[in-house]
Amino acid sequence: MPALPLHSAGPYVAGAYVVFFAIILIYVAIMATKLVRSERTLAELTELARQRHASQDDDPQ
Amino acid sequence: MTAPRTSSVVAALLRAQLRLELRTFESVPAMWLFAVTAFVLFHFGLDRDQLSGDLASGVLWVTLLLAALLAINRLYLADAEQGGFDGFLLSPADRTALLAAKVMTLLCYLVAVEIVAVPVFGVLLLQPPLGQALPGLLAVLALGDLGIAVIGALVGALAIRTQARDLLGPLVSLPLLVPVLLCVARATAPLFDPLHAGTLPLRWLVTVALYDALFGLLAFALFDFLLED
Amino acid sequence: MYGKGLRSLSLITAGAVTLTLAAVFFWAPNATYGFLEKILYLHVPLAIITLCGFVAAGLMAVAHLHTRDERWDMRSYVAIHISLIFGIAVLLSGSIWARGAWGHWWVWQEPTLVSFLLIMLLYATYQPLRFAIEDPERQARYASVFAITAGVFVPVCFGIVRLSPAYVHPRTLDNISGNLPGRMQVVFYLSMVSMTLLWVTLWKFEMTAKHVAAQLRQLRRALGEDHDDAPARRSAAPSLSRIASPN
Repeated sequence: MPALPLHSAGPYVAGAYVVFFAIILIYVAIMATKLVRSERTLAELTELARQRHASQDDDPQ
Repeated sequence: MTAPRTSSVVAALLRAQLRLELRTFESVPAMWLFAVTAFVLFHFGLDRDQLSGDLASGVLWVTLLLAALLAINRLYLADAEQGGFDGFLLSPADRTALLAAKVMTLLCYLVAVEIVAVPVFGVLLLQPPLGQALPGLLAVLALGDLGIAVIGALVGALAIRTQARDLLGPLVSLPLLVPVLLCVARATAPLFDPLHAGTLPLRWLVTVALYDALFGLLAFALFDFLLED
Repeated sequence: MYGKGLRSLSLITAGAVTLTLAAVFFWAPNATYGFLEKILYLHVPLAIITLCGFVAAGLMAVAHLHTRDERWDMRSYVAIHISLIFGIAVLLSGSIWARGAWGHWWVWQEPTLVSFLLIMLLYATYQPLRFAIEDPERQARYASVFAITAGVFVPVCFGIVRLSPAYVHPRTLDNISGNLPGRMQVVFYLSMVSMTLLWVTLWKFEMTAKHVAAQLRQLRRALGEDHDDAPARRSAAPSLSRIASPN
């Protein structure tokens, strides 16, 4: 098993760890996108619920 | 009405499949043609007149594997399109009988293909005489066919009720079939040795036999879940 | 609540991963196999965890077929998803290791890499399979059959690839991870623990996110929103139609 000296093995080791983190962070970014979309949906639904509530107050039946 | 004996159900289903094939010639002639064409492709692609050893073994088995995919794609086609599944489900028969029948159908198709493809391979591409390889080759073919049949019958049932059935069938089967390919190709390679037939390596035969048994059991355990509706 | 305990879990994971990285780069001895060795603290635990993840997904699929509870299908789906992501990391880090150790970006001599390629090729069909089935109940059932078959395939494939004569000569990854001297072994196990924690954290994270999305959908339906911009789209992901408690 070739024991590469530090200066030539360094980039490979760094590369492997960088790749690993990049993958995890890409995953985080994707989940973040979904979260933002959920937040927007929640805001819409809250607004809808408030409108519904307001219109019920306006004409009591 | 009591449920009919499973073995007679399997026999009846098998007879129906084979009769259908004999009448329509949907699968086996296409597989014959494909195998011969593939040999021609390999000749031109590899730029070789004669093959021996691992190369011959690999070309033969990859061709058989790809030809099998044609059969797997069509295995459940009639059942899915003409209501055969529903009819079968309404009967009191044990559902795994259908799996057994499909496995045996695929086996018959593969044997039919090999009866043509192996001699043609011997003539077109194989350097050592086919006769020297023969008894061992039959054993390897039998075990390999069994593996292809079991996995093909299970994956075919999985793929047929989806919308991308002719894509998913091959894509899901091939990785599952790689271990079979690995074992049978390694087992066949010494048989095609250019000087004299080597001994059949038992280790690979045992491995593929175990693989066949494992996935056979798995297929029988899981098949019911595929047919519920 | 799917998110219960997620915060503490992620904090513990963050701590464990940081500790592992520090140990790998500052504490683990350098001399024995060279600096390139450090990749193995990442690559091998990732590989083991990924395989266990796939097998675990198979077991969850068994639970799904047994209980018909769609939450098990969700767990299985997410497990395969996270394992696929880890699997990509395994292949990439393994390739970088191969380049450093053997000079090529791919070596057929490394049984772990070859088995992983096969396994990833198989699991890559999981999402298309789900997407190709519209009925959600049948989608979940067929996906479970696939997950069980593939889960059985994982260890078997590993075993068979190892038998192939190409690997008769020393298997570098195994030889090295097999007999590690003292400190290296500690760091290796530390890495195993933190990768496991990372997998579980991401799994729980994704399950929570899916649960939230499902609850929002249910809320939208309850509020009776008429102008739903997207008509029910075909989806490959399981959706929890029953929002019951997860545990």
